[in-house]
Amino acid sequence: MSESVRSVLLAGVGGQGTIMASDILSAVMISAGFDTKKSEVHGMAQRGGCVSSHVRFGSKVYSPLAAKGDVDILVSFEKLETLRYLEYLKTDGKVIINNEEIYPPSVNLGETAYPDDAIDFVKKHFKDVKVMDATAMALRSGDKRMANTVILGVLSSWLDIEAGIWEYVLKKRFPPKILEGNINAFRLGRGV
Amino acid sequence: MKELMSGNEAIARGAYEHGITFASAYPGTPSTEIMEAFSKYDGVYAEWSPNEKVALEVGIGAALGGARALVIMKHVGVNVAADPLFTVSYTGIEGGLVIISADDPSMHSSQNEQDNRNYARSAKIPMLEPSDSSEAKEFIKIAFRMSEEFDTPVFLRTTTRVSHSKSIVQMEDVEIHEENRGIPHNPSKYVMVPAKARQRRIEVEKRMKKLSAFAETFPENRMEINDTKVGIITAGMPYNYAKDAFPEYSYLKLGMVHPLPRGLIREFASKVEKLYVAEELDPFIEEQVSAMGIDVVGKEVFPYTGEFDPGIVKRAMTGNEATGGNLPNLSLPQRPPNLCPGCPHRGLFYVLGKLKVFVTGDIGCYTLAFMKPLEGMGSTICMGAGVGMAHGMDKALGEKGRVVGVIGDSTFIHSGITPLLNMVYNRSNAVVVICDNRTTAMTGMQENPATGLTLQGEATRALDFVKLAEALGLDNVRVVDPFDMKNTRSVIKEELSKEGPSLVISRAPCVLLAVKQKLPGRTPLRVDPDKCTGCKACLGLGCPPISWKRFEDMDIKIEKKTKKQEGIAFIDSSLCNGCTLCQQLCSAGAIEEVVEDE
Repeated sequence: MSESVRSVLLAGVGGQGTIMASDILSAVMISAGFDTKKSEVHGMAQRGGCVSSHVRFGSKVYSPLAAKGDVDILVSFEKLETLRYLEYLKTDGKVIINNEEIYPPSVNLGETAYPDDAIDFVKKHFKDVKVMDATAMALRSGDKRMANTVILGVLSSWLDIEAGIWEYVLKKRFPPKILEGNINAFRLGRGV
Repeated sequence: MKELMSGNEAIARGAYEHGITFASAYPGTPSTEIMEAFSKYDGVYAEWSPNEKVALEVGIGAALGGARALVIMKHVGVNVAADPLFTVSYTGIEGGLVIISADDPSMHSSQNEQDNRNYARSAKIPMLEPSDSSEAKEFIKIAFRMSEEFDTPVFLRTTTRVSHSKSIVQMEDVEIHEENRGIPHNPSKYVMVPAKARQRRIEVEKRMKKLSAFAETFPENRMEINDTKVGIITAGMPYNYAKDAFPEYSYLKLGMVHPLPRGLIREFASKVEKLYVAEELDPFIEEQVSAMGIDVVGKEVFPYTGEFDPGIVKRAMTGNEATGGNLPNLSLPQRPPNLCPGCPHRGLFYVLGKLKVFVTGDIGCYTLAFMKPLEGMGSTICMGAGVGMAHGMDKALGEKGRVVGVIGDSTFIHSGITPLLNMVYNRSNAVVVICDNRTTAMTGMQENPATGLTLQGEATRALDFVKLAEALGLDNVRVVDPFDMKNTRSVIKEELSKEGPSLVISRAPCVLLAVKQKLPGRTPLRVDPDKCTGCKACLGLGCPPISWKRFEDMDIKIEKKTKKQEGIAFIDSSLCNGCTLCQQLCSAGAIEEVVEDE
């Protein structure tokens, strides 16, 4: 695969703001001067299904999709979803896990169990793993809906892009009323 | 100015930059956003037509009147529009006519993954295929120029990955192209009676010859000669996957997939030692290259099914398995899409599931009701089939009360009216239910002829389903509220027992539409753990906020109401829309409204 291209895979459940986060990440990469492509699976996502979004950046990007085994950072908005996409990671890939559980229908019906050892499993197979409770952290910034901004803050600490570019993009993205909260949420995440 | 745009947004932008002011479409994933973006540009006319056949006929009419017309649909929509398609190829047009076919390899949101390049070949219509958003914007302009130069409709084919992935696009100014709008008096070109059609048929072959010559020097059919050990012929998104996997090899990248540039293909083949064709779905290019007597590797290594990615291309051409960690195989709970909390379809399909009738279904959100625990649907083929099949099955079984056809409101308008008329005409005993949620929900809440608004927000006459049914000759027409399950059940039971066809209109707005229109919300519900008997009746709705917890997995101690009780139900009130369906099923009276100041 193209050596100079880096890939981030964002995964979550419909309604968690995964796609908005990947839009912001893409805008940051463009502002930082990279060729950027982004691709997601949506359409039926708002009805509670899995959402995944590939963001790829570098001097020249061809494929908007990363191959299995080619992703540098997996950003998971939901614990179980982390496991679903691990095979996309490089062996030395990094993982960000939001410690939130959203039960799929089969778990709600008591037919299957929600995996209780997801984080241990990830840590056993990957060296760089950050786990946080983004919803609780977002509440500290004033609104739990800013959880995806917290997660972006955590991600930013693993990407070599200066905070100023991130905050410039956030300023363009959010209306003044909720901008300060989002900047705080971002900084809180970046400190993890 | 540069912008990150989806392929769909880029097509709309390209059409706008080219001065296109006329477009018709029927929504369908992955094509929908083209029209949504285009309709917002200044000075354009854009309409949702009731189906793709009408959309194409509208486009043909506009093009005949001298307008440049854009017609947009998903791949299966072309099946619906195929009738006018094959003949407009004969007549040609006055203004330009471009038809977008948005194909869906991997069937992310479709019932099949047909390869619509085959339509280009059999209808003898040229087809362009962009590989990213920048090309999408450029190719729509080329398509209109070709349409006018060669007097032909032109296809632009996307796939889901081109339509929905985002890449960088350079904005350009709007070009001014004069249109000659007026009435064309040319019956020998436009009245396709056999005598005239035979003449036009010859013109079509002449045109294909000219287009084949054009393809040879078309700049978007381009060779990239690098390492000549391996050469890859490819088009559209697979070009990117292959370039990602093998940047060192040589490429023949085709911007036009029909007709193929045979001379260019021969020249490229002669330059490389080993030739591959990398294409998703059918061996469309490969078979034509093979038929030229050229040795080529295609589907013997590449999959026939599903979309590719760089890993699949690499694996096909090297035979090596994917890299990646040595992760053990995990069996994870699936997360299928589900009807939303508060969805009006849930109550209807709960009732249908309990009635033990065979439900011939259709295409829409409600198709999700086939899954556990609702299991309220037995078949889904295509738009309109829910009605036509109900009648056929009713006739075959010859016993009334066993078959219910269901269809959405927009889907009914798309292709359910004619089969409903057929049920009256041919004396059916089946029951048809229109799941009337007042919008085209599945594709993102588009307007339709029953909503009272046009795509561009103008008020218009809303179709009245009851009056329509009466005009078609139905004597039994009922309207129910699917949030009242008891009444819905008794009305459908009554209609199943009647002679003759019945129509039940199950009417309540889509819960997302209610949010969008800021209708007053209902109070969310909760389970009183001290009243819940753990009977699991509420779980039968498959509603996302409702879950089940065993006593042993809980931190708090709850008293058992029956000896057999193993746990209790929970409602996540933050997700609940207060539709009350679960409350209607709870015989213990354990489900109550959340009190605000708790």
